Amino acid sequence: MDFSYSVLIPLIPLFAFLIIGLGGNKLKALASGLLGTTGLGVSFILSLYTAYQYFFVFGKSAEGVYQKIVAFDMVWLRFTETLHINMGVLLDPISVMMLVVVTTVSFMVHIYSMGYMKGEVGFERFFAFLSLFSFSMLGLVLATNIFQMYMFWELVGVSSFLLIGFYYQKPSAVAASKKAFIVTRFADLGFLIGILLYSYSTGTFDFGLLTNVDGELIRKGTEAGFLGLSMLTWSLILVFMGGAGKSAMFPLHIWLPDAMEGPTPVSALIHAATMVVAGVYLVARLFPVYALSSPDALEVVAYIGAFSSLFAAIIACTQFDIKRVLAFSTMSQIGYMMLALGVSGYGEHGIGYMASMFHLFTHAMFKALLFLAAGAIIHAVHTNDLREMGGLRKYMPITHITFFVALMAIAGIPPFSGFFSKDEILVAAFEHNKIIFFSSMLVAGLTAFYMSRLYFSIFWGKNTHYHHTPHETSPVMYIPLIFLALVTVFAGFIPFGELVTSDGKALHLHIHWNIAIPAVLVALTGIGVATALYMKESKTPDKVVASLGGVYKTILNKFYFDEIYMFVTKKIIFNLISKPIAWFDRHIVDGTMDGIGWVTTTSSEKMKNFQSGQLQQYAIVFISGVIALVLIFSYFSTN
Amino acid sequence: MIEGIPLHYFLVLSTLMFFIGVYGFIVRKNLITILMSIELILNSVNINFVAFNKFLYPDQLQGMFFTIFVVAIAAAEASVAIAIIINIYRRIGNINVEEIAELKH
Repeated sequence: MDFSYSVLIPLIPLFAFLIIGLGGNKLKALASGLLGTTGLGVSFILSLYTAYQYFFVFGKSAEGVYQKIVAFDMVWLRFTETLHINMGVLLDPISVMMLVVVTTVSFMVHIYSMGYMKGEVGFERFFAFLSLFSFSMLGLVLATNIFQMYMFWELVGVSSFLLIGFYYQKPSAVAASKKAFIVTRFADLGFLIGILLYSYSTGTFDFGLLTNVDGELIRKGTEAGFLGLSMLTWSLILVFMGGAGKSAMFPLHIWLPDAMEGPTPVSALIHAATMVVAGVYLVARLFPVYALSSPDALEVVAYIGAFSSLFAAIIACTQFDIKRVLAFSTMSQIGYMMLALGVSGYGEHGIGYMASMFHLFTHAMFKALLFLAAGAIIHAVHTNDLREMGGLRKYMPITHITFFVALMAIAGIPPFSGFFSKDEILVAAFEHNKIIFFSSMLVAGLTAFYMSRLYFSIFWGKNTHYHHTPHETSPVMYIPLIFLALVTVFAGFIPFGELVTSDGKALHLHIHWNIAIPAVLVALTGIGVATALYMKESKTPDKVVASLGGVYKTILNKFYFDEIYMFVTKKIIFNLISKPIAWFDRHIVDGTMDGIGWVTTTSSEKMKNFQSGQLQQYAIVFISGVIALVLIFSYFSTN
Repeated sequence: MIEGIPLHYFLVLSTLMFFIGVYGFIVRKNLITILMSIELILNSVNINFVAFNKFLYPDQLQGMFFTIFVVAIAAAEASVAIAIIINIYRRIGNINVEEIAELKH
C-alpha cells in the first residue's frame, strides 16, 4: 500500500503555476489554459485513483477502521530537535474526500474558464493563479501538521486575494480583494495565536499525535485555565476564529459578498466550493480534540454556525445581485456544516461530523454548479442584476435544467444529494439541541425560498427584452455544468456513513422519516411561496416589501454590518488609536530622525567652509596650530 | 669675526625673518611674493642651522651641510615654482592666489 504518488497531486498544479506564471508572456493564451487544465486533469484522475485505493483497497486496517496514512513526510524547517516543521501528505477519510472535491471542482472550473475567460486580458495570469490556488488548497487539505496547514492556509488567502482582484482596473474589485485579505488575515491572527498556544502546551504540530484518541496529548492543556475556560478551549476557539474568517462565519463574514467582484469561475471554485470550507475542514481535522477535550469550544462552533446560517439566509432573500444571493447562500450552507460539527459527538455519536462532511461534499458540487450556471447567465445577458433578467429558460435550456437540479439539491428535495446530507445534519441537530434544530429548519425553508426566487426571477417571470438575444453557452462551458449536475443527482447515494466518520469506523445510517418529511415539507413551502410570488410577473412581491418597510430595508442592507464595521474601523479605531499613533510616528519618531539629519547637514554646511581651497587660509590655521602646540608644550615642559 | 656676536642675535634675526616670511606668505596675494616669503622662511632656518652649528658643535659640519642642501633645494624649488607660475599666468592671465581655483571643482 504505497500512496507516495499522491504527493504529485498538489505538485502538478504547482509546476503548472510556475510554467504559466514565469513563461506566461511567451506562451499563447490557449496553450497556458490547456496546460493548466491538463495539469488539473491529471491531478483529478490521480485523486480519484487515490480515493479508490484508499476507500476500497488499502485504507482499512484489519478491523475495518480507516487509518491515517502518512504517504509522504519530510522535515522542512528544523529549529531544534523537538521543534521542526514538516511538509507531508496525510491521507485519511476527510483529506481523501477533500482531494476529490477540490480537484473535481477545480478541474471543472478550469474547463469552464477556457470558455468563460476567452479573449480576456490576462488569460494566462488567470490560469496561473488558478493553478496556484489549486496547489495551495491541495496542500492545505493534505497537511500532516497544523503549521503546514497554516502556511497553505495563507497561500489560499493570497491566491483568493489575487483572483478577487483579477480585474485590477476596477476600483470595486481592488477594494473587495483588499477587504477579503484584511478580514481573513485578521482572523488568521487568531488562528496563529491559537496554534502557538496549542502547540506550546502539546509540544508538537503533528495531527497524527494531536488527534490520537488513545494518546495523552489529546487531554493536554485542559488543566490550566483562564477566565473560566481551559487553555485548550481558548486555543481551540482562537483556531476556530481563523476557520470562521476563512469560512465567512458571523461576524467575520463581511468579505464574502464583496469577493463576488472576482470572475465567476473564481467564485465557484474559491468562494463556494473549496477555500471557504477550509474552516469547516480545519475544525473537522481537529475534531477529536474539540469533541473529547473541549465541549465548550465545540458549543461555540455550533452556535456561530447556526447563527451565521440563519443570518445569511435572511439576507439572501432580499439581494438582487445573483452572485451575492449565492454568496449569502454559501455562507448559510457553511453555517450548516459548522453547526453540524458543533452538535456532533465522537465515534458512535458522530453523525453530525459525518453529516457535515457529507454536506461539504454535496454542497461543493451543487454550489459550484450554481455559480457556474450563474456565470453562464451573466455571460449571456451581461448583467448581475436579477431585476434585469427573466424568461431565460427559452434561450438557455441546458443552463436552465442544470440550475434546476442544483436548486432541488440545495432546497433538499429528494432524491437530490442535498436532501441526504441536510437530513443527516437535521438529525444530528435534533438529537443535540432543539434551538439549533428549529433554526436549521427555518433556514431550510428560507433556503428553498430564496433559491427558488432566484430561479424564477432568472428563468421565468417577466419576459425581459434584451439588446442581444441571449444564447446558450458553448460546449466548453456547459459540459462542466452537466457533469456537476450529474454528480449532484447521484452524490446522495454515496454511502458516506461507511466512508467518512470521525473515528474511521463505519456508521450505519438510515433516513429518519420523522425529520425528513417535515424538512421536505418546509422546503416545499418555501418553493411554493416563491412560486406564487415570482413565477409570473406580479405586484405581490412589492406589496410584501412595502408591508415590511424598515425591516426589509435593514435586511437589504445586510443588517448594516458593513456600515458598522466602517464606523468601528474608520471612526473609532482610526481616530482614537491610529491617528495618535500616526501623529507620534510622524512627529516624534520621524522628528527625532529628521532632527539628527538636520543637525548633521547644518553642521556639515558650516564645516564645508573649512575646505575653502584658499591656500593662505590653510596656512593661517596650520601656523596658528603649530604656535598653539608650541605654547602648550613649552608651558607643560617648563612646569 | 663671528665669535664676537652672541648666539641670540642670530636667533632674533632668524625669528624676525621667519615671521616676516610667514606674514608675507599669509597676507600677500601675488604668487611671486609668496614665493619670496617662502625663501625668507627657508633662509631664516638656514641662519639657525649655521648659528647652532657654530655655537654648539663647532667641530662638526652637519649644520653647514644642511644649509647647503636647503639652498640647493630652494633654488630647484624656486625654478619649478616660477615655471608653474608662468604657466598659470599664460593660462589664466592672473597670478592672484585667491583666484586660482580651477582644480577645486
